[in-house]
Amino acid sequence: MSITIAGMTKHFGQTEVLRGIDLGIEKGELVSLLGPSGSGKTTLLKIIAGLEWPDSGRLAVDGRDWLGLAAQDRRIGFVFQHYALFPHMTVRDNIAFGLTVRPRAERPGNAIIAARVDELLRFLQIAHLAGRFPAQLSGGQRQRVALGRALAIEPKVLLLDEPFGALDAAIRRDLRRWLRGVHDETGSTTIFVTHDQEEAFELADRVVVMGEGRIEQIGHADVIHDHPATPFVARFMGATVELPVTLQAGRAEGAGLDLAALPRRALPDGPARLFARPGDILPIPDVSGPWTVVTRASTGAELRLVLTHPAVGEAAADVPRRTPGSAGLVPGTPVRLLLEAGTIFPAARVTPIAANPTHDLDRKEARP
Amino acid sequence: MTATATHLPGRSRRAERTLIGVAVSLSLLFVAAPLAYIFVRAFSQGWQVYAANILHPMTLHAIWLTTITAIVVVPVNVAFGIAAAWAVAKHRFPGRGILVTMIEIPFSISPIIAGICYLLLYGRQGLLGPWLRAQDIQVMFALPGIILVTMFVTAPFVAREVLPLMQAQGTEQEQAAVTLGASGWQVFRRVTLPNIKWALLYGAVLCTARAVGEFGGVSVVSGNIRGQTNTLPLHVELLFNDLNAVGAFAAASTLTLIALVALVVKAALEGKRG
Repeated sequence: MSITIAGMTKHFGQTEVLRGIDLGIEKGELVSLLGPSGSGKTTLLKIIAGLEWPDSGRLAVDGRDWLGLAAQDRRIGFVFQHYALFPHMTVRDNIAFGLTVRPRAERPGNAIIAARVDELLRFLQIAHLAGRFPAQLSGGQRQRVALGRALAIEPKVLLLDEPFGALDAAIRRDLRRWLRGVHDETGSTTIFVTHDQEEAFELADRVVVMGEGRIEQIGHADVIHDHPATPFVARFMGATVELPVTLQAGRAEGAGLDLAALPRRALPDGPARLFARPGDILPIPDVSGPWTVVTRASTGAELRLVLTHPAVGEAAADVPRRTPGSAGLVPGTPVRLLLEAGTIFPAARVTPIAANPTHDLDRKEARP
Repeated sequence: MTATATHLPGRSRRAERTLIGVAVSLSLLFVAAPLAYIFVRAFSQGWQVYAANILHPMTLHAIWLTTITAIVVVPVNVAFGIAAAWAVAKHRFPGRGILVTMIEIPFSISPIIAGICYLLLYGRQGLLGPWLRAQDIQVMFALPGIILVTMFVTAPFVAREVLPLMQAQGTEQEQAAVTLGASGWQVFRRVTLPNIKWALLYGAVLCTARAVGEFGGVSVVSGNIRGQTNTLPLHVELLFNDLNAVGAFAAASTLTLIALVALVVKAALEGKRG
């Protein structure tokens, strides 16, 4: 089922949650909606499910208008963040639920329902849990049951809200690979919401980065990582160090910065801002360098350094601990900064962080 | 009942014992002893007299009237309680706060005031009196009045038990059921209702106990017509005023038994309610 969303807006009270969403999703695609909390990604998912309604805009599936269709009639599979399993039913009854509530004329016979549930239990590798109640299951097992319950109605579209949010890291990794397998085998169109970049990139064919009710960028992992389309995406992707630079003939220059490694940019001359990840910044001891090491902490593998510049402010740098010369990076050392990667935006496009308080919810800031 | 005896450090053992002793003796003195005394007095002239008192036509009629009242009132209030709790817990609408307060009103108003209000509304001189008379409907000093007042007084019991539970459970399970294709009724019967069934039963038991024991409001609207509008609590008072102490205690003992059964059921449900 191909999904088309156009000009979609939605507000809750004074808050604009969606500010004009345009998005097309192909049949059989696995798409991730990635963004910090408050970016509107879950609201968008719930609108597709029919659990929320937009103020304006269009939602069409295979060319058919879905906003006139009740959630009951959309035949979507929705997996909730906290699973929302029915606690008074066994795993088997939970999975069978969607089949047993069909109108009598369309309802399969009990034997057919039982066979379908058995098939799903095997497919999801939870056959041994059929007789248990949700309270007797682990988080990962509940997740599988929730997915099984959604798949039982053979949904045209599978929607997952933070599917792995409540699980610990090791199980998450397993389930991710497993969900990809489920998607490939069922051939459904799948959309899942996450705030975890790694999850989004590893699992999805395409990632839709959302911020403050807008789509900031759509693309594949590498492109979004290396070429963030907006300062928001750059910050969200971990480029938390912002440095003022000046552009001249496509080359950037900045105080105490070695930017030779950065490619030329087709941007107008003038002031600009450079966004970089702490890991892409290498401080080099230099007696005439305007930057000074302020603090130094070791995580074992990496040194976490905080540097300061009298005019620019502070910047963070993460250096592999075994890097030659890193022993000399002690507090008080004057340095210049070698930038191995970074993205430059004209100064006018960068909104000050203070103006977007919701951006900061999910991020640890290391502002220059 | 999960009270465990833990000894708090820094508190003297003696103070603890004194407090427990005071609590136990006061309970015995003010609660258990009077209850036991009801049965002592009821049986003071032997089984035969007790049985004769219970089987007296007026007493039997009072028991029947109270039973009928409870049979009508409890299901209505169960339905009302579910509907009100559902509306408040699962939906956002203007006037929601007012509805919550309205549900609580019968708890804070003395039942006798409820009785007088109904009298002013439905009585012969009341607002609806002339119209009701023209239709030949008797509300006051008849069964409808008794049922209406009892309904008012016991209205909050079910809603109060179910509401917090529904609020705690939120709406995700219902949403999940909807996405799976369930109709509104199927969502209610197969998802919402099983989740609240113990709280619902608990509320219904409390509601029954109160409906059976209601005195103040009913005494205003029933008119105390012996053998016609005399409920069991009113009958107890009537017998007492007739100086028929044994008869009064016999009737009271049936009320007490109902209350004790309700108490046991309530205690059993309390564990399941979780």
